[in-house]
Amino acid sequence: MRIIQAAEITAALKEMCYEANHSLTKDMEEALYRAEASEESPLGKQILKQLEQNLQIAGEDRIPICQDTGMAVVFAEVGQEVHVEGGWIEDAINEGVRQGYTEGYLRKSVVSCPIERVNTKDNTPAVIHYTIVPGENIRLTLAPKGFGSENMSRVFMLKPADGVEGIKEAVLTAVRDAGPNACPPMVVGVGIGGTFEKCAFLAKKALTRNVEQRSEIPYIREMEEELLEKINKSGIGPGGLGGSTTAFAVNIETYATHIAGLPVGVNICCHVNRHAVRVL
Amino acid sequence: MEYHLTAPFDGEKLKQLRSGDMVYITGTIYVARDAAHKRMQEALDRGESLPLDITGQTIYYMGPSPAREGRPIGSAGPTTASRMDKYAPKLLDLGLRGMIGKGKRSQAVKDAIVRNGAVYFAAIGGAGALLSKAITASEVVAYEDLGTEALRRLEVQEFPAIVVIDSTGDDLYIKSVEQYCKL
Repeated sequence: MRIIQAAEITAALKEMCYEANHSLTKDMEEALYRAEASEESPLGKQILKQLEQNLQIAGEDRIPICQDTGMAVVFAEVGQEVHVEGGWIEDAINEGVRQGYTEGYLRKSVVSCPIERVNTKDNTPAVIHYTIVPGENIRLTLAPKGFGSENMSRVFMLKPADGVEGIKEAVLTAVRDAGPNACPPMVVGVGIGGTFEKCAFLAKKALTRNVEQRSEIPYIREMEEELLEKINKSGIGPGGLGGSTTAFAVNIETYATHIAGLPVGVNICCHVNRHAVRVL
Repeated sequence: MEYHLTAPFDGEKLKQLRSGDMVYITGTIYVARDAAHKRMQEALDRGESLPLDITGQTIYYMGPSPAREGRPIGSAGPTTASRMDKYAPKLLDLGLRGMIGKGKRSQAVKDAIVRNGAVYFAAIGGAGALLSKAITASEVVAYEDLGTEALRRLEVQEFPAIVVIDSTGDDLYIKSVEQYCKL
């Protein structure tokens, strides 16, 4: 058994809030530069160039990449040999988010109740997904999620007979409907299988995968590539103002499902597909 | 075409703008998003006046991140305009002439734009750090308790935007996507 202090979890989360809101991972940044080089629309190219400048200003002047610094989504993969000492892990995570957002000049975008809508003023609570894994580490992934693109995300409860064509149509429908609202170029996270909530979870998790990394399952990899090509032929383009870059990647994750079902979750993320990872 | 405009806008100048034009805005604009719009609507429903004289003004749909010391504002990019579609036609009929946001608008908003000779501009979504550089002053005018959703007045200098829906109702989102669609 290994002991991890709750305070270490809090300190890690605090740092990650700053990091994820001021810089993108290398794969996302490279995808942006590649897109700028290949974009066919002059206006689209200009927009991508401004997004590059935006990233640079964010890092140098410590201004968040986007004013919507998101709701904090945390994936906590907790090794079963770990014992957390000094408090409840959930409190430790939320305290890290609170400190990160209040001390880091990040926007507080969370309301305590969806009906009464009173701002909690510290961006807590986070949405936390725990997984118990083998080992004696805690792996934390923070993915602050903006709601321009979150609002355009969908779950489709398809029938087994809808098959692969049905899945492709569902993804393309979600992307077409999102259009300019989701701040393209986007990253499209897709979860196929499981249950109603499992496919949505997988779609969210898929967004944290490197955009250059394709699925290891050959027919899923093909689907990712085909969907990306189709999405980029849709014409939506940077900012939704027309062009050949609508998405950087389609990341698909799958899970076993029921004989009667084919759930498909499509979680759309804008070009600010942020995440930070720490292993404690 | 490219224009350098002064806000509040000259009504005749606005009518000359066409979807696809690039504009750089200098002057005074207001900021409001979901919660501030709801409060303005509620004030109107009660027969009260708005906390700003809306005649000829522009509203930027935005909720900034907090400003660091010495800066007027934090990150300040546009939010999705369609969430304000429920409120916009009424405000346009009361004199609002410019809206800055991102994303599609409803037919009711387009009709109100045409009826009033107004314009809907898009700023680049997710470029909040860059856009903040065009903002020189920010002041809360009303609804301070709403935090980032308070009603603000901004001074802007060469704030970049694109005309998406012009005063004739022409929509750049529709025509530009058709131009590049290869399916």
